[in-house]
Amino acid sequence: MKRNRTLFLGVSLVSFSVVMALLSIFWTPYDPLEINPDSSLAKPSWSHLLGADVLGRDVLSNILVGSRTTLITAFLAVMITMVLGVIAGISASVSPRWFKSPAIYGIDIVLALPTVLFAIVLAAIYGPSTLTAVVAIGIATAAAVAQVTRREVNVILTSDFVIAAYASGSGKGRIIRRHILPNIRASLFIQASGASALAILAESTLSYLGLGTTPPAPSWGRMMASSQQYLLIDPIVALWPGFAIVITVLGFNLLGDGLREALDPTLRSSKL
Amino acid sequence: MFLLLRLLPGDLAIAKLGIDATPESIVQLQQEFGLDRPIITQFFSWFGHALRGDMGVSMLTGVDIADEIINKAKVTLPLIAFASVLALSFAIPLGMYAALHFRRWDGISTSVVSQLGIAVPTFWVGVILVTIFAVIFQIFPSGGFPDVGWSAWASCLKSLTLPAITLALGQGAMLMRFARSATIDVIQQDYFRTARATGLTRGQALRIHGVRNALIPVVSVLGMQIATLIVGAIIVESVFALPGIGQMLLQDVGINDYTKVQGTVAATTAAVFFVSFLIDVTLNALNPKTRQRQ
Repeated sequence: MKRNRTLFLGVSLVSFSVVMALLSIFWTPYDPLEINPDSSLAKPSWSHLLGADVLGRDVLSNILVGSRTTLITAFLAVMITMVLGVIAGISASVSPRWFKSPAIYGIDIVLALPTVLFAIVLAAIYGPSTLTAVVAIGIATAAAVAQVTRREVNVILTSDFVIAAYASGSGKGRIIRRHILPNIRASLFIQASGASALAILAESTLSYLGLGTTPPAPSWGRMMASSQQYLLIDPIVALWPGFAIVITVLGFNLLGDGLREALDPTLRSSKL
Repeated sequence: MFLLLRLLPGDLAIAKLGIDATPESIVQLQQEFGLDRPIITQFFSWFGHALRGDMGVSMLTGVDIADEIINKAKVTLPLIAFASVLALSFAIPLGMYAALHFRRWDGISTSVVSQLGIAVPTFWVGVILVTIFAVIFQIFPSGGFPDVGWSAWASCLKSLTLPAITLALGQGAMLMRFARSATIDVIQQDYFRTARATGLTRGQALRIHGVRNALIPVVSVLGMQIATLIVGAIIVESVFALPGIGQMLLQDVGINDYTKVQGTVAATTAAVFFVSFLIDVTLNALNPKTRQRQ
């Protein structure tokens, strides 16, 4: 941990966000939805550490509760991403030939599909909600995981221990369980971390555009959108949710990079 | 996508006619728009027309979809072009500089820039730029676009400047990473060492032999990023209240005008393919190896 500063920084930032989100379940300085006209657009002070928005709602409380919304959305989306991605990736690589190329094409098509555009289409059909955001993010990012997984599984399939397992009569299911999954586990953790960063960015973008979490549940993206309307009067309020997003996304990205450094010795000296 | 939109819960005819709908008027409207036909027939009829540039009319507002898209593209396309030029013009020199000094720079600056470039959401950059340049210094407008369109080109450019910078910063951070690694690659090549041996300085050798070779991966990355640019444009248009394709798309989603959403998304996808094709052609022109092979 000491040598791997990236990992340390990533773990710290992510734990910070998670602790904040957990904290918000038990305690926030104010009720995040409480409207208080007296403190409308209050500057940061001891009573409102990060100030208050135009309705007098405490910004810090909203950021704390917003982190819960964002992290839960991201977590669910990443679950979908990983399950779909791993299933698609493994099946595109171990399945019979007639299934293989359609699966690879399918992965490529989804890969080319931008998350936000996909979410717009889904929102057009089912109406904007946290669920549509989760599904859109989950499916759109799954393709990247599928592609990486497929590549790794292909390498593992040619290794001696898999050939030996085939020779000793193991079936496909057993090989996947005993040999493939344990060998891609490290890579899956790295990818899940990267996918979390993407999911948080996508979630906040979607809720900023009004396609994600619906009011009144606080979310970082929507806080940005609403504070933008009175940017001319008080630009500071719009800064906080942005900081929160950057810290969390940076945390997950660094966590992924750090894990890669820690788990994959060949990458330690890489220049990129 | 067509299928997805057709599986919509709730009937379009009912949505259009509102609560006054009678069973007869619903059937009449369904016949008028061909909604009573099988989905596969509807798809091919739509696809056939779309190929000829006829996207049909919006089922909700009756406007011609292709006209609307062309109209809105007058904002979105210049925005994307402006942003790409900006991104390339700062990413390539900076990336090359970082590569030439990569021992000093390595690890710290470039990774900070690229990490932040990934982590900072586009809309936040937009909001910060508005705060600095529109609210504090009041150099550029905080949003909007001249109603008269491109006949007032100076003010059009002015209102596109901040949005383009916003879009370019995110793209540029990533392009810079590629420009840097491509240049490091070039520097380690034999022909570069030979050029240096003839007495050229690193800068001269890079200008004469390196730039072109380093450009190839950068341009191809830009081509792959074109879809990201379009999504970025949707976000940026929303931040700066620009009347472009992205804004239109979001509004149409809001009012459930899904024939228009379908047309717009299809046209956007087609545009992405077209641009990737153009990029391929450009790459051929840049790379003598692929040119000779033809």
